[in-house]
Amino acid sequence: MATRLFDAKGVPLEKQLFTWKELAGNTISKLDDDAFTRVRIILMNGIEQQANRFQHHCAMLNGELREALAAVRRVEHHQQTMINWLISPDHSPLETTIAYEQVAIEVTAALAQQEPDDYLAQTYRFGLLEDFDHMYRYSALMDRVEGKDANNILQSYTDIIPGRPTVEEHRAPADDLRTPYDRASANPISKMNALTLVAGEYQTRDYYMNIGPTFTDPVARQLYAEIASIEEQHVTQYASLLDPSESWLEKWLLMEATEAYNYYSCMESETNPWVKAIWERFLEYELGHLQVVANLFQKHEGRDPAEILPTEMPDPIAYQSNREFVRQTLERELNLRARGHQYVDKAQEGEASIAYRSQIHADGVPSEIIAAGYQWHPGTELSRAIRAA
Amino acid sequence: MEKTSHLGMNRTGVDMSPMHSKAMLEGAERVPGDVEANQMLATRRQEMIMEAGTIGSVPMPGTLKGALSSVMKKATGKSPETFINKLGERLAFERMGVRLYEALITKCETLANQQVGAVFTIDDLRRIRADEARHFQLVHDAITSIGADPTAQTPDADVSAVLSSGVLKVITDIRTTVPQSLEAILTAELADTAAWELLVQMAEAMGMSDMAASFREALEQEERHILQVKQWYTQLMTFEAGGKTTRH
Repeated sequence: MATRLFDAKGVPLEKQLFTWKELAGNTISKLDDDAFTRVRIILMNGIEQQANRFQHHCAMLNGELREALAAVRRVEHHQQTMINWLISPDHSPLETTIAYEQVAIEVTAALAQQEPDDYLAQTYRFGLLEDFDHMYRYSALMDRVEGKDANNILQSYTDIIPGRPTVEEHRAPADDLRTPYDRASANPISKMNALTLVAGEYQTRDYYMNIGPTFTDPVARQLYAEIASIEEQHVTQYASLLDPSESWLEKWLLMEATEAYNYYSCMESETNPWVKAIWERFLEYELGHLQVVANLFQKHEGRDPAEILPTEMPDPIAYQSNREFVRQTLERELNLRARGHQYVDKAQEGEASIAYRSQIHADGVPSEIIAAGYQWHPGTELSRAIRAA
Repeated sequence: MEKTSHLGMNRTGVDMSPMHSKAMLEGAERVPGDVEANQMLATRRQEMIMEAGTIGSVPMPGTLKGALSSVMKKATGKSPETFINKLGERLAFERMGVRLYEALITKCETLANQQVGAVFTIDDLRRIRADEARHFQLVHDAITSIGADPTAQTPDADVSAVLSSGVLKVITDIRTTVPQSLEAILTAELADTAAWELLVQMAEAMGMSDMAASFREALEQEERHILQVKQWYTQLMTFEAGGKTTRH
């Protein structure tokens, strides 16, 4: 594996080919595969979805790049298909939701710890405590509506306890905006971390917006509506970290590098051998895309990609339980709130967010309704009752 | 054929990761819920039930469009829409039943081994599939005879499809075994039989004796399906558990 980004040419675009059977082939086992295999799959689906979304928007506004964008985007689309179709069909939408929140918690915690910039790391810890609470609310929903234990999905890697209460996460739009990194001085890993989190949260938002209405239980429908709204806030938050003065091609280059870095991280930690082979293959594909975009960057902007990209692949994202880090963050930062671009104690929260909450919570709050008095227990609340009897 | 039950690296239970599970439980026990336990879920459900509409309506039969059938004339005053609703449900269910058996036949042809062959044959499944197709035709004709529309989806057809969507998912999942698929089809057959019993009673109550007789015939066939599928499923599972199995 070449860790020098510019030396590795990857697979040329014209050799990045698929068949339908490959795209919708074997799936992981919900029961037997490690939970982090599913975490990686869900994150990489989101990363590819972001590539697709960005490249479409880029094409809308840059006629001279359309042909190259169409060619790369076709491959990205099929990469996403192959990844998303790895999720086995016995995952219910709510089980997949639990897995999405596990991604949000464990990946955000990992990035918060590897992030060199203090403000960005603070932002990741801030978002982390909110997604952490979503896990608790969805676990209560799963237990109380479907009679299932969320830990069958989590495999004990991730805690199910309240975080910053979802009821208090709803903010006025201006309080979701953050100060962007400076494209000239930020470390490349900071840019890639931010893009990774935008991708993950955007996909989570879209997933909840798609499956929320498929539930029959009225509280389930409302909980998805409520948490989707927070995911929308998180997309606003993380996307506002990106420097808006980066050019379209600079962003495209960074996105390809982010994809390559993420596949490299997945490959390094994957325990399922045939899934690992997919990460290896797609890393080579992304290095191929990077070459295409680097050439376009030189041609259209007359700039050297080395200005933007790290010369070597950074250390891979650590895929492991972050229980202790999350608990320490909970203890220290639970009462933080956002006011404008800054983090303040809850006593200093701005009027606009307080007013927003008071209006939107007027008819009751689904995240409170579903989790009233909930405490996770192995095998569900009913198992605790059996033990107590 | 892969056994339905084999030992392996199932990671879902707490025993597979005792250290992590211990830490997780200790954490959960330390932090109580942030809202007092009460009946909030039930209360919100009640509010929403009170505000909700219905799944949908039964389409207006030909009677109301001026094409009153002689059979329906007899039934006037006996809530024909309820009968049409249930007929629509049966039609949809039997039509799906044909597809379920087709998927099951493909699975059994692919996975069948000596053990399955000793219990039932592909022809046994084909016969049941043919029965389901005939029942579909029977209900189709019944609906047409009373001037209703066999292409419409009635409310109970819709609800019944939601109900049986899990059966379809289990049988078409390429990873499920023959016994797992048989258990799914058994669930469908049990529901089907109860539904035919109801249809027979309804047809009789509406004074449609010919229709009731043909429905009774279908009911008898469905009762035979249950006995067969249940026996196959039991024999295969008994065999897998180490007991003896005998040809049916």
